[in-house]
Amino acid sequence: MTLLTRIAPQLIALAALIALVSVFFPGFLAVEFSGGRLVGPVIDVLKRSAPVALLSVGMTLVIATRGIDLSVGAIMAICGASAALAISSGLGLAPALLIALAAGALAGLWNGVLVAVVGIQPFVATLILMTMGRGVAQLITEGRILTFTDAGFGWLGSGVLLGMPVPTWIWVVTAAAVALVVRRTALGLLIEAVGVNRRASALAGVNATVLLIAVYVASGLCAALAGIVETADIRGADANNAGLWLELDAILAVVIGGNSLLGGRFSIIASILGALIIQTIGTGILLAGFPSEYNLVIKAGLVLIILILQSPRIAAEWSLWRDSHRVEPRQRSRI
Amino acid sequence: MLLSIRSLTKAFPGTRALDDVDFDVAAGEVHALLGENGAGKSTLIKCLTGAYQRDAGTIALDGARIDPRSTSQAQELGIGTVYQEVNLLPNLTVAQNLMFGREPRRFGLVDSRRTRVVAQAMLQQYGLDINVDRDLGTYSVAIQQIVAIARAVSLSGKVLILDEPTASLDRREVEMVFDVVRDLRDRGLGIVFVSHFLDQVFELTDRVTILRNGRKIVTETTSNLNRMSLIEHMLGRALEDAVSETHDHGKAAAPRMLQFDGIGRAGVIDPFDMTVGQGEVVGLAGLLGSGRTETAEMLFGLRQSQGGQARDVDGPLDLRNPRAAIGAGFGFAPEDRKTDGIVADLSVRQNIILGLQARRGWARPVPRAEQNRLADDYIRKLDIRTSDREKPIGELSGGNQQKAVLARWLAMNPRFLILDEPTRGIDVGAHAEILRLIEDLTAQGMSVLVISSEIDELVAVADRVIVLRDRRHVAELTGAEVTGDRIMRAIADEAAA
Ligand SMILES: Nc1ncnc2c1ncn2[C@@H]1O[C@H](COP(=O)(O)OP(=O)(O)OP(=O)(O)O)[C@@H](O)[C@H]1O
Ligand SMILES: [Mg+2]
Repeated sequence: MTLLTRIAPQLIALAALIALVSVFFPGFLAVEFSGGRLVGPVIDVLKRSAPVALLSVGMTLVIATRGIDLSVGAIMAICGASAALAISSGLGLAPALLIALAAGALAGLWNGVLVAVVGIQPFVATLILMTMGRGVAQLITEGRILTFTDAGFGWLGSGVLLGMPVPTWIWVVTAAAVALVVRRTALGLLIEAVGVNRRASALAGVNATVLLIAVYVASGLCAALAGIVETADIRGADANNAGLWLELDAILAVVIGGNSLLGGRFSIIASILGALIIQTIGTGILLAGFPSEYNLVIKAGLVLIILILQSPRIAAEWSLWRDSHRVEPRQRSRI
Repeated sequence: MLLSIRSLTKAFPGTRALDDVDFDVAAGEVHALLGENGAGKSTLIKCLTGAYQRDAGTIALDGARIDPRSTSQAQELGIGTVYQEVNLLPNLTVAQNLMFGREPRRFGLVDSRRTRVVAQAMLQQYGLDINVDRDLGTYSVAIQQIVAIARAVSLSGKVLILDEPTASLDRREVEMVFDVVRDLRDRGLGIVFVSHFLDQVFELTDRVTILRNGRKIVTETTSNLNRMSLIEHMLGRALEDAVSETHDHGKAAAPRMLQFDGIGRAGVIDPFDMTVGQGEVVGLAGLLGSGRTETAEMLFGLRQSQGGQARDVDGPLDLRNPRAAIGAGFGFAPEDRKTDGIVADLSVRQNIILGLQARRGWARPVPRAEQNRLADDYIRKLDIRTSDREKPIGELSGGNQQKAVLARWLAMNPRFLILDEPTRGIDVGAHAEILRLIEDLTAQGMSVLVISSEIDELVAVADRVIVLRDRRHVAELTGAEVTGDRIMRAIADEAAA
């Protein structure tokens, strides 16, 4: 299957969505260049999708191993809080970022060990950190909203580079780098093999334990990046609300990306498209001017439609319908 | 005719699995459905049971057209199926498995006492008097198989389809299942029997239908055929003698390559000593549950030995886990290809290079051209029937999956290859090919440990046969002692060796 046929459903869904939003808000696709930066609703989507896009990269790998990572929202809060604390206590930008990334990696390691070594079901294992993580973040911020004024850190959330928002660059580069590493090395194949049949893979000599730990660490690192971007954007760490519920959006992005929750073959690009679809829906609803109380319902409705159209059942019915309308002489003569 | 199929056609992308096939089953007959791996047997059965939707053709049961859309619908119509892999739930009790989905109820709740009584009565019809409150998984595969048959018959009761039901049974257990099948035939059921064991076909069946490349070749009364003509119909050619009759059993001079001392584990397998010579084929014989697979798993680091030592000429070997064993040059093609062998969603190519890739490490991918070459090479060498190398391995026929798993290990070129039931589910033609392959490999210096329930197979390839009973290595036959008779007697403990 070529990349294009793989991501065609997501591309079509995104295009249809953009068309739909444009009906309600004709200027949706308008982009202008002012003050050294591109501005327009689309650019806004590309910026705001950063946290979910980043999370969905790690989540794709975890789900490919037949796992799930419910803790990424909490990890975002932990990492945002650590970075903010480091910055506000005068540690400087680079150490602050390193601390945040290390916290994310550590959280991922914790999840990975619980899943791969202890053998706890991923759902339960990551639920532990999901619950506990926010508490840890609150301990770090001591229950306050930790604000800071470091311009360099702020730039990561709201700065502009070559006309584009910095968060956009961060998720684009991360996704591209991970996709490249995974496909240029054998990691992708080994991850898929473990996801489909861990026992058979281990028998064939695949180091399933290390691989599983690695994907949770990757997910933790992605969550750390997402936490950094979000904290930088609002110039403060809010342990209660940072990354709240975003694990669900990330899982949704992966699913909209056509990746099976049963593990196996995966596409990071498709998940990213899923994240863009989710953000387009969110931004579109706001721009179209619906009262905000409709947001969640409309979002759920649209997501449902997309998932139904993608379901194998519908695909099967569709090909059945198509075949029955195609005249095949050999079969006709026999009936 | 009880069941009559006309012009059945089913295509998959790249394959015409069934092409205009006619097939009849009469009441009170056992009808064998034969053919090479990938001939279309399982596909025919799945079209019949509604698991696949046919492209064209008609199915009639008792003269009335039927069109089952799912296996449960087929069951209601009277067609029950038992697959090779027992498709019951090992963690439920025997009674629960038998009555699953139709438990007797009392006040809306499952009446477990009556469930038990009904289940017990059902099994007694098959001469089986077992504790129906125990988990199904605690019984032997043969008993599980009979429970599966009992369930299928009680649900349906007109046509019973058995897709390779005896592949993992030993001789005694096969007899048990056959008795049940004969009894059902006498009760007027039409029975379809798929198997690669030709002896069993002659022993059990009344008629045979042979498929080749999705086409029906012939339907004939079994007693009108002999083994030779059967094979010719299946393969479309005569079968050259599998392995040289003059197999010399005993490269006695083979330099000793591996030595295992006191390998074992309480409750799994008694400690045993074993040596393997370079280029030698060692056979493991014994009944199911005698500890054959456990021995293999011990040697491959899948189970930890309590004490004991493995060494080669250079010193001790580390067999901590499968990765370590692979590092020591070992390979292990397991018995249960579905759970331990194939990675279903990945392609045939990816499955074949998986072991090689794992050994090289993630950072050094096997170049794509090399992957293609290896895959094509083994697809040709082992005659793996697939439309192309990118087909998901799960879509291959059972026997062809088995061959692809074998290819995975051959591609790694181990010095010591453990094959647990290497020919299970493999057709007569490929069976001979695999035995020949083993000879070739050992001629090049590879050592092989073959576990097999088929004694003829061991006699054909093994230089030495170790016999197991009750989780102990009880006898070792070498050279001229390796005969079917001697092995059988050793297994049965008639003061052998
Ligand atoms: N779900 C599927 N998708 C694609 N191709 C399939 C599928 N199922 C079967 N085939 C193809 O149809 C052909 C017939 O397969 P089938 O499983 O019927 O063979 P078989 O006679 O049962 O062989 P075996 O003895 O190995 O079990 C094979 O070439 C197989 O690859
Ligand atoms: Mg089959």
